[in-house]
Amino acid sequence: MILASVALAQRALRVTLRRPQFLAPLLIFPSLLLAVNTGGLSQATSLPGFWEQYGVTAPYPSFFEFQLAAAMSQSLLLGGVATGIAVALELEMGFFDRLVAAPIPRASIVLGRLLAAGAIALVQLSWFVSLSLIFGSGIADGIPGLIEVYLIGAIAGIGFAGIGVTLALRAGNASTVQSIFPLVFVVLFLSSAFFPPNLLTSPADLIAKWNPLSYIANGLRAPIIGASGTSDVLEGFAAAIGLALFFGLLATWSLRVRLQSK
Amino acid sequence: MSNERTNDRGVVPALARRALNELLRVPGAAVPGILAPTIFMLGLSAVFGNVTALPGFDGLDKYMAFVLPVGLLQGAGFTGAATGVNMARDIEQGWFDRLLLAPVRRPVLLAGIVASAALRTLIPATALICVGLLFGVKFPGFLDLLIVALLVMIVASASACWGAIIALRFRTQQAAPLMQIGSFMAVLFTAAYAPMALLQPWLKAIATVNPVNYVLTGVRQGFIGSVSWADTWPAFVAGAGLLALLATFAIRGMSRTSD
Repeated sequence: MILASVALAQRALRVTLRRPQFLAPLLIFPSLLLAVNTGGLSQATSLPGFWEQYGVTAPYPSFFEFQLAAAMSQSLLLGGVATGIAVALELEMGFFDRLVAAPIPRASIVLGRLLAAGAIALVQLSWFVSLSLIFGSGIADGIPGLIEVYLIGAIAGIGFAGIGVTLALRAGNASTVQSIFPLVFVVLFLSSAFFPPNLLTSPADLIAKWNPLSYIANGLRAPIIGASGTSDVLEGFAAAIGLALFFGLLATWSLRVRLQSK
Repeated sequence: MSNERTNDRGVVPALARRALNELLRVPGAAVPGILAPTIFMLGLSAVFGNVTALPGFDGLDKYMAFVLPVGLLQGAGFTGAATGVNMARDIEQGWFDRLLLAPVRRPVLLAGIVASAALRTLIPATALICVGLLFGVKFPGFLDLLIVALLVMIVASASACWGAIIALRFRTQQAAPLMQIGSFMAVLFTAAYAPMALLQPWLKAIATVNPVNYVLTGVRQGFIGSVSWADTWPAFVAGAGLLALLATFAIRGMSRTSD
């Protein structure tokens, strides 16, 4: 099971890296939005209560450092959509049927894809860490903080990929998976990824409290702005692990349902 | 010569009608063009709504009034990009080659394609303004609505020309992200989120030379204050200039295609 999963993950990675143009949008769109948000709203940090809930003291981090976690979250969500599209295309082209006919555990088909998504998430996170070194002051909590960012991000990336794979297995075509693209922004806007929850307008502030992405984004943000000692990191880990487990299992169940219905 | 002119007269409405027919046949095709800018506008308002407390917003009480015009221009940009994607599809399927065989001048063919984008953009614009009014944005007045309609039509036309340039260059629908990213950047690298005074110097420098920023100011004026000639004429000059520039390149692309 593990060997088959790793082999399938390697294959998925090779296919992705062979066509880097499909990876570029996962980095370019969030980076552009990061630039625009930072350039346009950097004064927002002077709003009363902006840093209140993050447990950081003066001198405060910049708005760019605050927004990095939002860009990472957006990129990881888009990575989930891209994974879903990749699976759907394999279904459409018949490659998936050949995989199912192979003498490997069925669950490794899903697990391999999720492992590859986790590895791609590390690449995505590295891009934004590089931006933080070039345009900001890096990860405030140093190497331990960097490891926290990578772990939370990779696990969250697996969870988002689980959503994409589930959708692909249920829908069976790439255009349906692609149509959820606007929903990525709905989920993002209804979280505290872009702005502190106490400064969101109602009812976005209420919804953000129940949105797991809020906790993932805050977990990614804490080490970047120097707040690793707060509960944000633990909550980030809990949300990412919960998401990865739930959607990983849901994707495996969707595969079983798909195969039974054939 | 006179026969050519007679042909030309009928071509622009015919091509625009063909594009609009697609919408009647597949009404769902209009949904993404409406949905994306609406989500963006509502999302930005929900997330950044409290930034109006910053000095520089001059006591504006509704952030949605500030970002509604951004949504309108995004809608226009996406509509133009969709026109470019449709053109790439026509090139892929060979229909465009048949169009080029017609005894019609190339700029007229382009005008027909662009006219369809200008008309189509009124659909997301109307939807966005209705959503904005439902959420408490003040009615800007009929004069401003007229200015808004004309400016979004100009931006959609410019975006369609950009889409045509890319479609003629790459000749595949796979170039769609390039078409979308062009309008996405042009609209967002402006005073989209905050007034010029609050922008970081690098963004302020880009916004100052970005013609879309002047169009945005022209579209925005009635939603956050009153309409003035000082904000109106630069918007039309900048929009028309951008359209003329992109149309020139698109026509050059069409001439090369026929060669």
